[in-house]
Amino acid sequence: MAKKQKMSGAEAFIECLHEERVEVIFGLPGGAILPIYDELYDSDIRHILVRHEQAAAHAADGYARATGRVGVCMATSGPGATNLVTGIANAYMDSVPIVAFTGQVPTSMVGNDAFQEANITGITLPITKHNYLVKDAKMLPDIIKEAFYIASTGRPGPVLVDLPKNVQTEETEFEYPKSIQLRGYKPTSKGHPLQIKRAAKAITEAERPIIYAGGGVVISGAHAELRSLAETLMAPVTTTLLGIGTFPGTHPLSLGMVGMHGTKYANYAMMESDLIIAIGARFDDRVTGRLDSFAPNAKVIHIDIDPAEISKNVAAHIPIVGDAQNILKELIKELKPKPKSKWSEKIEKWKKEFPLEYDRKSKELKPQYVVEQIYDLCPDAIITTEVGQNQMWAAQYFKFTKPRTLISSGGLGTMGYGFPAAIGAKVGCPDKTVIDIAGDGSFLMNSQELATAVINDIPVKVAILNNKFLGMVRQWQELFYDKRYSATRLDTSPNFTKLAEAYGALGIEVTKPGEVRSAIEDAIDSDKPAVIDFQITPEENVFPMVPAGAAINEIIDYGEKT
Amino acid sequence: MKHTLSILVENKPGVLARVSGLFSRRGFNIDSLAVGITENPEISRMTIVVEGDDRILEQVTKQLNKLVDVIKVSDIKPESSIDRELALIKVEAGPKERSEVMQIADIFRARIIDVGTRTLVIEITGDVSKINAMTDLLRRFGIKEMVRTGKVSMLRGAKAVKEE
Repeated sequence: MAKKQKMSGAEAFIECLHEERVEVIFGLPGGAILPIYDELYDSDIRHILVRHEQAAAHAADGYARATGRVGVCMATSGPGATNLVTGIANAYMDSVPIVAFTGQVPTSMVGNDAFQEANITGITLPITKHNYLVKDAKMLPDIIKEAFYIASTGRPGPVLVDLPKNVQTEETEFEYPKSIQLRGYKPTSKGHPLQIKRAAKAITEAERPIIYAGGGVVISGAHAELRSLAETLMAPVTTTLLGIGTFPGTHPLSLGMVGMHGTKYANYAMMESDLIIAIGARFDDRVTGRLDSFAPNAKVIHIDIDPAEISKNVAAHIPIVGDAQNILKELIKELKPKPKSKWSEKIEKWKKEFPLEYDRKSKELKPQYVVEQIYDLCPDAIITTEVGQNQMWAAQYFKFTKPRTLISSGGLGTMGYGFPAAIGAKVGCPDKTVIDIAGDGSFLMNSQELATAVINDIPVKVAILNNKFLGMVRQWQELFYDKRYSATRLDTSPNFTKLAEAYGALGIEVTKPGEVRSAIEDAIDSDKPAVIDFQITPEENVFPMVPAGAAINEIIDYGEKT
Repeated sequence: MKHTLSILVENKPGVLARVSGLFSRRGFNIDSLAVGITENPEISRMTIVVEGDDRILEQVTKQLNKLVDVIKVSDIKPESSIDRELALIKVEAGPKERSEVMQIADIFRARIIDVGTRTLVIEITGDVSKINAMTDLLRRFGIKEMVRTGKVSMLRGAKAVKEE
């Protein structure tokens, strides 16, 4: 691009997106963003029209998680912008790099309660890593470059750029900046060498170490280093929900997920360990259970790129701030291989004694069985989930072996996330099979996106584990509210098969275990988006389970009394 | 325990909202806040007095540092700094009380900057305890109105809280 060309703000916007190598935008137009949509009409940037702006944010998020690139979504001012809010908050909680562009009323009308005006920079202040209101078109290149840089570096997160209509139309001289000057933003990437040495010493001295890996390992791309660390130490690895896939679920050292619905052996190992090596994880309350009784004898090495996470919930004895991959590379150099120990034997014993269990002999259709069959038929698929029981069964019974293959709303727990996120993931990884493991409650929160999938030819598959309940809420009502199922029955859900067909997608109904495999095969073989309605045992529960406020070794297993 | 934070921020619209919003949503209480431009017009300084133990202070500092517009956060220790606050106090003082009020002002090296028929306005500068002590003494005359700037602090000697 030649230096300093004259053009409109909207043209400059498109040029900026080219400079950032944006290949796709998920969005929905409106009055205040019309000049940009007009430029987009002639552009080679792909635009995917969603049917609700929330889905645009989730799709950008799913795209980002599947590809590791920045996801982009766009909406008009006012209601368009506020509809993005849930998706932005979701990306913030899970550290997902997205940039959200919103139209805004002209600067002369800002603050006037104009038609479709909302103070979206004010609204999103607590749920963005940073945000901007662009007041002058000549600021656009600097701001957009900064937005992509901030979103994707350090601990990633969403950035919102609010674009008043006059900024889109006014003429400006375009020149894309080569560098960024941000006095207040300098993320640390290299770990402190002295801290790494201290960590190595603690690891060498530990008798019962456990590695606890989170979403930071995915973001950093440190899965190979994680595996090498575990194999060097012969140490067990447990992960958070977002850390699933960073360590192969099929590996002998894998303990699966830890916490409220983690495996019994992961929770026992965490509680009895004398050293927790936390990598890119934040000791969330769903992981620690009751904090004051969490891992009482453990020293904690905490590796994280965000210094504010260190000692926020669990005090770290050896904090190391920086990029997980850099730090693990240096740390491994300091370590000698360890043999199997008594600790390994103890863990082996727990694994044999307390496997994940459900009623495998039942003639009813069990959700765990459905997930196992999806895994068996498509082990390399990208799985997105909704939130609740479906999410936990997917996390427990699908043996993820690669990072970026489980895409799930962890921190915010957003029902309605999985389906639009699947659309985003499929756009980013068109050669992969993408399946949303859903619940009947969650799916209806964004089912209008069937139109998006069909019209844009994005053949994602939805496996609804339909129990005709808001299942996880019902489970809590069963266990802690005397089976008083207040407002959790969903008997009046539509016929999902017909719903899919109404949009031009494939719909399949499954009521018996014998039909599961052929239904999955039919859905995968179809070149259309597909919805499979698995009518599962209505009152199936997710186990193991740590009741709220309990320590994580006070864990209830399948068939145990609460 | 009270801590005084000296925070360098970008002199941009909305920065105050970002900082104060962070305090409120993380549940940290602001005792006082003073903002003004620094020797560099692109940078403003906020002096914030916050109540909390060391753990809270550590979280506040880390969270502030995460804001893109925050350049530097320093915890200013009282033993190595000087601090001042300015207050304007409108005291009810008719002809009878006037001389006594003026005497009190004099003792505190405060100045009378406005005289009405029934009131005096006193300007006082000093550390927080000095201002508190004087307002305690004036209370019995009746304080009609008081304005305080909030505390500002600076390190003693050649050291400075500056961008690195």
